[in-house]
Amino acid sequence: MGLNSILFYFFAALAVGSAILMVTRRNVVHGAVYLITTLLATAGVFLLLQAEFLFITQVILYVGGIMVLFVFVIMLVNLDVSLLQYQFNRQRFVGGVLALALAAQLFIVIKMGKTSLFPQARVPEVLPKNTEAVADALFGRFMLPFEIASILLLVAMIGAVVMAKRRV
Amino acid sequence: MVPVDHYLWLSLALFTIGVIGVLTRRNVIIILMSIELILNAVNINLVAFSHMFGGVDGQVFAIFIITDAAAEAAVGLGIILAFFRNRETLLADEMDMLKW
Amino acid sequence: MNAQPYFLDHIWLIPLFPLATAAVMLFFGRRLSNQIVSWLCSGSVFVSFIFSAGAFFQLIAKPSGERVATKILFEWIPAGTYHMLDGRIATFIADWGFQIDPLSCVMILIVTGVGFLIHIYSTGYMAHEGGYYRFFGYLNLFMFSMLMLVLANNLLLLFVGWEGVGTCSYLLIGFYFHKKSASDAGKKAFIVNRVGDAGFLLGIFLTSALLGTVRFVEIGPALAAGGFAIGDPRITAIALLFFVGATGKSAQIPLYVWLPDAMEGPTPVSALIHAATMVTAGVYMVTRTNAIYQLSPKAMGVVALVGAITALFAASMGVVQNDIKKVLAYSTVSQLGYMFLACGVGAFTAGIFHLMTHAFFKGLLFLAAGSVIHAVSGEQDMRKMGALSKKIPVTYWTMLVAALAIAGIFPFAGFISKDLILGKAYEKDALLWAIGYFTAGMTAFYMFRLIFMTFHGASRVDHEVEHHIHESPKSMLVPLVILAVLSIVGGWLSWPEIFGGNSHFIHFLSTVVAVPHEARMEPVKGPSSAHGELFLMVLSEGLVILGILFAWFLYVKRTDLPDKIARSFGGFYRLVYNKYYVDQLYDALFVNRAKGLGLALGAFDRNVIDGVGVNGAGWLTRAISILSIWWDTWIVDGSVRLGARIVWIFSYPVRLIQDGLVQSYMLLIVIGLIGFFGYYFYMAHRAIH
Repeated sequence: MGLNSILFYFFAALAVGSAILMVTRRNVVHGAVYLITTLLATAGVFLLLQAEFLFITQVILYVGGIMVLFVFVIMLVNLDVSLLQYQFNRQRFVGGVLALALAAQLFIVIKMGKTSLFPQARVPEVLPKNTEAVADALFGRFMLPFEIASILLLVAMIGAVVMAKRRV
Repeated sequence: MVPVDHYLWLSLALFTIGVIGVLTRRNVIIILMSIELILNAVNINLVAFSHMFGGVDGQVFAIFIITDAAAEAAVGLGIILAFFRNRETLLADEMDMLKW
Repeated sequence: MNAQPYFLDHIWLIPLFPLATAAVMLFFGRRLSNQIVSWLCSGSVFVSFIFSAGAFFQLIAKPSGERVATKILFEWIPAGTYHMLDGRIATFIADWGFQIDPLSCVMILIVTGVGFLIHIYSTGYMAHEGGYYRFFGYLNLFMFSMLMLVLANNLLLLFVGWEGVGTCSYLLIGFYFHKKSASDAGKKAFIVNRVGDAGFLLGIFLTSALLGTVRFVEIGPALAAGGFAIGDPRITAIALLFFVGATGKSAQIPLYVWLPDAMEGPTPVSALIHAATMVTAGVYMVTRTNAIYQLSPKAMGVVALVGAITALFAASMGVVQNDIKKVLAYSTVSQLGYMFLACGVGAFTAGIFHLMTHAFFKGLLFLAAGSVIHAVSGEQDMRKMGALSKKIPVTYWTMLVAALAIAGIFPFAGFISKDLILGKAYEKDALLWAIGYFTAGMTAFYMFRLIFMTFHGASRVDHEVEHHIHESPKSMLVPLVILAVLSIVGGWLSWPEIFGGNSHFIHFLSTVVAVPHEARMEPVKGPSSAHGELFLMVLSEGLVILGILFAWFLYVKRTDLPDKIARSFGGFYRLVYNKYYVDQLYDALFVNRAKGLGLALGAFDRNVIDGVGVNGAGWLTRAISILSIWWDTWIVDGSVRLGARIVWIFSYPVRLIQDGLVQSYMLLIVIGLIGFFGYYFYMAHRAIH
């Protein structure tokens, strides 16, 4: 058991636990906070997988951007009455069952592929420079998707502005 | 060394919880957050495989997914805001106008 | 026929003048003043009279054997060829042609001459009546029809005029159409006429089938060429059928019943149509076709007998009538009987001669009667007249002249013509002569009964009427005087040879009468000798004078007697007074049968045709429409709704799914995912293992 494993299992448990909590909280703000912890745990997992750039991107963007946005909107629309309302809908049992069915399916797939598809990962002696590599790939091979993503962001920005305006 | 499939189990678990959240919760914000959770699960999957095969392709893909998640969260929250202004409700059960 | 003298060539104008003015009356009459109407209509008749006189003079200018002129205007009905009864082929042609010979000449002179006088009279008589232009229009139309009748050169064109005068008779009898009795009388006249016309028409058909022609000039030669024996039944049939037509038009038994009712028309109409002209059409027609009659002694016997019986029968009814016009009507029927009696015994020319004199004195009698009625403010019942001779002298004296003429007093016109007939009748059959003789006496009696009741004796006039008794205007009196003169001298045209005359008239007409297989007719010769004829004359004169005296006795001297006699003869009197109930008999036998048929057919029409047909059609349409509605609702609409329903059914599951809830959609996505994954992973699994 290396430090790697311990940290991984720690972060995994944290993530799953926070996720479960997030999905079950009545208070939305609590849910948001638990999501933050889940995301942070995920970021930790990234780091353990030697994806430093992604780790930092996750923290900055996801937690620092998206979740802040979520919290803003939660504050804007916070209804006290929602604390008193029932929080699970009519199809909770069916939904739960189906979700578990999906999970079971995927579980079977992973289980069955375990022996053949997953060679052991090699850990290189010297860690490659992750950010540079990502940059190389992003601005090299994946230039087009990069540009398209930027347009996507533009469109999303416009859309968000329009959506949230008080008077169109 | 952590076997890759453990990462996959983690990803599966998060994914399932996310799906449950989307299917089961009434509050639309929770639903949106559950969607983010699903996306994250996918990210973990991608990065695990990227680590397994040694390239950065998976990570680049994950970056794009994060980008996309951000855009989608922004627009989605904008819609929720607009809807809330009209209907004063955050419950998905009460947002049933798009039907025959 | 090119080089004809002017009037003979233009003979076709004679009917045209009155037709033109009748047309003018039809189109413009309403807007014209009475003055203009009078001048136009009387004028056109006068012009026709001038033309007729011209034609007459130009005809007698020809030698006696050539006095036949034909003028064909155009081929009216060229019907093509056909098979005659004996199989020969003949071509049927009826042309619009006119024939001038002594007979038609006499007729057009009488028609236009007397017609003109009556037109003049009408301008006075009808002056205050409504529909003045209509009256003259009808009169002129009648003149046209009558002239066509007498001028026609073939049977078919004669029939055109025949029908035309019947129509005008209907129009004029029913002139006061707002009176039911008048319109009924018009209908009766026309319908009874039609019965006769049916016979006439059959006769024309038979003639055309037997002889191959309908032209008068060709009938004689066709009869000779056909080799018909005397008494041939086909010839007899033709003759009898023609006579049926004549009984209708000339009011003989059994079709005389319309003439007394025809007195509903204005008096000038009675004078012109029912005394002088139309009723004589039958006599004219028989004379025109005498070639056919002379080949059939049986037919001639029937004609003579019917004529004689009718004369007696009508005279008996005339004796008891109280309406002045009705007496004259029956008198007309009676005198027509005389004319047919003459034709029946072969004295056709004597019949025409009596026709002419009758036109004069009967026309005069009617016009004078009109004058009397005018004087007593419309009263027609003789029991309410009397002692008018001093008050309306001109009317009185002219009527007296006419009465003397019709009674047959020497030397008035009636005497000569009637004696001619009686003489010939005696030659043929003593019974016929006896009937005619006795009837002459009755004629004198009832005629002078009329004179005495109207003009002599005590005045039985109503009090208010008495103040208004006045002589008629000149327009009415002048024709009376002219006709009176004619009634006196008219007979002198054929002054008997025993008195030194030379029977111009008879000779003039003799070319018209066919030469029979017997010796040529010499109608002037007496029974066996001049003495015999003189004896007959004296005998009839004696009876006539006796009749007049008897009338004087009963109606001037002992005016109480007629009622006493009537009462004592009670039943018999009532029988005669009610015209032997002939009208009622006809009603029961024919009229009510026809009415019954009409009612039955009407009921059939209403109930069956309208009920089943019309209402049935309506019901059927409704039923079909109900069917159509059902079809439309259930089948047509049903198909449409079926389509919609199918879509509805198939969309039902989809509708259930689409609830607008995003999470349900998400659920479905997950289900889809499960399916997808399952499929692909399974495939992959199979591929690998």
